[in-house]
Amino acid sequence: MNPAPLLEMRGICKKFPGVVALDSVSFQIGRGEVVALCGENGAGKSTLMKILGGVYQPDGGEILVDGQPVKITGVTDAMKLGIAFIHQELNVLDNLDIAANVFLGREPRNALGLINRKKIHAATAPYLQRLGLDLPTNTRLDRLSIAHQQMVEIAKALSLNARIIIMDEPTSSLTLTETNRLLELICELSEQGVSIIYISHRLGEIDTCADRVVVLRDGRNAGELPHGEASHDRLVGLMVGREIKSFYVQSDARKTPAWLKVRNVTSSLHPGKTVSFDASRGEILGFAGLVGAGRSEMAKSLVGLEPSPSRQISLGEQPVVVNTPRDAIDQGIYLAPENRRTEGLVVEMTVRENITLPSLASFTRLGLIQGARESQVAREQVTSLRIKTPSVEAKVINLSGGNQQKVVLGKWLAMSPKVMILDEPTRGIDVGAKAEIYRLMRDLADNGAVILMISSDMEEILNVSDRVAVMHEGQITGVLERADCNEQNVMQLAVGKQIPAARPAFN
Amino acid sequence: MKKELGIFILLLVLCGATSLENPRFLHAENLVNTAQLIGMFGVFSIGLGMVIITGGIDLSVGSMIALSGMLLVMALTQWHWPWPLAVLFVLAVPMVLGWVNGILITRFKLQPFIVTLCGLLLYRGAARYIAHDTTLGFGDCAGFETLQKLANGRFLGLPASFVILIVVAVIMGFVLHRSIFGRYLYAVGRNEEAARFSGINTRAVITGAYVLAGLLTGVSGILFAFFTNLVQPSTQGNFYELYGIAAAVLGGCSLRGGEGSIIGILIGTALLQVLQNLVNLLGIDSSLNYAVMGAVVLIGVLADQIVKNRAKKGARG
Repeated sequence: MNPAPLLEMRGICKKFPGVVALDSVSFQIGRGEVVALCGENGAGKSTLMKILGGVYQPDGGEILVDGQPVKITGVTDAMKLGIAFIHQELNVLDNLDIAANVFLGREPRNALGLINRKKIHAATAPYLQRLGLDLPTNTRLDRLSIAHQQMVEIAKALSLNARIIIMDEPTSSLTLTETNRLLELICELSEQGVSIIYISHRLGEIDTCADRVVVLRDGRNAGELPHGEASHDRLVGLMVGREIKSFYVQSDARKTPAWLKVRNVTSSLHPGKTVSFDASRGEILGFAGLVGAGRSEMAKSLVGLEPSPSRQISLGEQPVVVNTPRDAIDQGIYLAPENRRTEGLVVEMTVRENITLPSLASFTRLGLIQGARESQVAREQVTSLRIKTPSVEAKVINLSGGNQQKVVLGKWLAMSPKVMILDEPTRGIDVGAKAEIYRLMRDLADNGAVILMISSDMEEILNVSDRVAVMHEGQITGVLERADCNEQNVMQLAVGKQIPAARPAFN
Repeated sequence: MKKELGIFILLLVLCGATSLENPRFLHAENLVNTAQLIGMFGVFSIGLGMVIITGGIDLSVGSMIALSGMLLVMALTQWHWPWPLAVLFVLAVPMVLGWVNGILITRFKLQPFIVTLCGLLLYRGAARYIAHDTTLGFGDCAGFETLQKLANGRFLGLPASFVILIVVAVIMGFVLHRSIFGRYLYAVGRNEEAARFSGINTRAVITGAYVLAGLLTGVSGILFAFFTNLVQPSTQGNFYELYGIAAAVLGGCSLRGGEGSIIGILIGTALLQVLQNLVNLLGIDSSLNYAVMGAVVLIGVLADQIVKNRAKKGARG
């Protein structure tokens, strides 16, 4: 590693109306170093990186590249300095092909001023090779998986001779195999001299590829840990500033009889396959599986969002009819969907409006909504879930991911769920909020609800669930009891292999 | 509230400027006439505004006004129905057509623009057909003087249509801003998917908006028919949907849905009518009528966007 850092940020300050986002933060990275940047939501990681990427201007402090002070007034300046930013929400044009995306805005021209097709494809190919991507350069991006689209963004960064690549939560939409490939790639790039700043909540991944971990808390530097010393506990300790006891809440193993019985749920994704299972009150039943196994579709079918004529659901020996989402809600079966921003919340509406949306009928009199009652219920949820918001009248779009998810949960908790289905409940949420949500789920279960948790996070599945149902191609391959829950067993069932430890999903 | 305050001030400024230039603006006769127009245009604009809040649009309003006017004339003068029956019929037809729009949009997933564009053509065609493309009038209103007074008379000096507008605005104000249906309208307009996930019957809400718009358009149709006393099927209500859309947008409704208020729509309607009055009183060539309205709406929406961008920039730093 070079003694003189490639990039140094000193004493960076940034204020927004009403909030100090960064208070004299320092950061440095050397050539070919991989530095992970961690912190809770609102700690300032995104702001710091956006300043580096030219999206924001700092109010104070200085930035030095190769020892020389620089001013990054816009994205073009950042690009000229060799800084590339790959955002969590990819900025690709999926109606264009790989070469067009890589050379967007810099297309090689021919004598007539038109795009030189031959040149653009010839120029793109070596970057794909370098990344080990074996695809024709004229493939349209909408035919590629998210993982491959991400690779195209990396290729673009490399073609811009990026010396520093900032990756914001790069693995949040990737499968296990794709994640491993990306981590390998990061190691390869760093060996080639490219520096990488890696923002992530996934503490396991950080340990694999980072040389150092920099932690921010409340807009300030909270500490740094070298590779090998960045254990789960120490990182969480730095991020939160206090001890998190019992991150995963264990349950007292009680065997109660099956209360929720689901039979023959079908979905359009896997026609011809049905899902049936039993679950008890007070248990958290995890649903694991590879992307495309049909878990989210099963959940949507369960609450009447997708038609499923042969579906039979009974709660405690009582068969219930669920043909529409309203039916499910009336029966106390609620879904916190996978895409909280597009399916779970109306983000331009306020916290209060979102929390009370499904239960408005309970505070109306003569057809008019009682504003006072409504605000009271909303405030109750905000307090009991510790939602960080200036008031219940704040627009949900301004809250952090973790708090948005709490609003989604608050919406349903205000109506005493009997069956609570959570699809990827902690995706993109920081560590502190994750622990709170796990605690919430356990409390709900202890109060007699059935919790169905769909998750692609292996740690979450293994540590939070009481039992794990593994799905593959639209069916449940088998259910694992707590004692048999380990990564191998789950993965084997997830690829459709039968193993002796697997139990049937229902009797 | 800021947006509504902005256009309200603009309205006052316009009124002030006009009355300075031509004091006839403040004469009772002119004010009453303008108020009558505001009333007639306002009633259907409110219905149209609610449809826009759900993220839809209704281009067939003008043709509906022609059709309902024509049906009213025929029911009263040719079929000799008692006027309460005629009124019920003339209100029911647009409601049923609104319901059909709702089915086409929610069940068959057609775009509101296309569905109501076809409505625009179909309803006017129907109006022209049933009248054999001739102009029909009420004649001497034998047998329905009461109705005529209700639609075209004066109450406490104010024109009937204005009074009806106030009543409709108050009721719709409660519905939109205080009832569950109103909350659902906003939710569906912002994010139909999330609304559905929360158990809202989005089909019923959207169809409800179109039926309501139909009802209010029917009321306007009756008022316009008595105002002109003649219904010429090829031109009655021509382009009125544009007035409605302009009024709603000026008043704060976003064509993307999820935004808007009754007060805003009222002020927007008033603004447009005062503008027209201004064009007349200031001696501006009446052929520039539409041009003036278009320019003002464009400036209004542009100003609003600039203010929004400034506010966003302030938050970003």
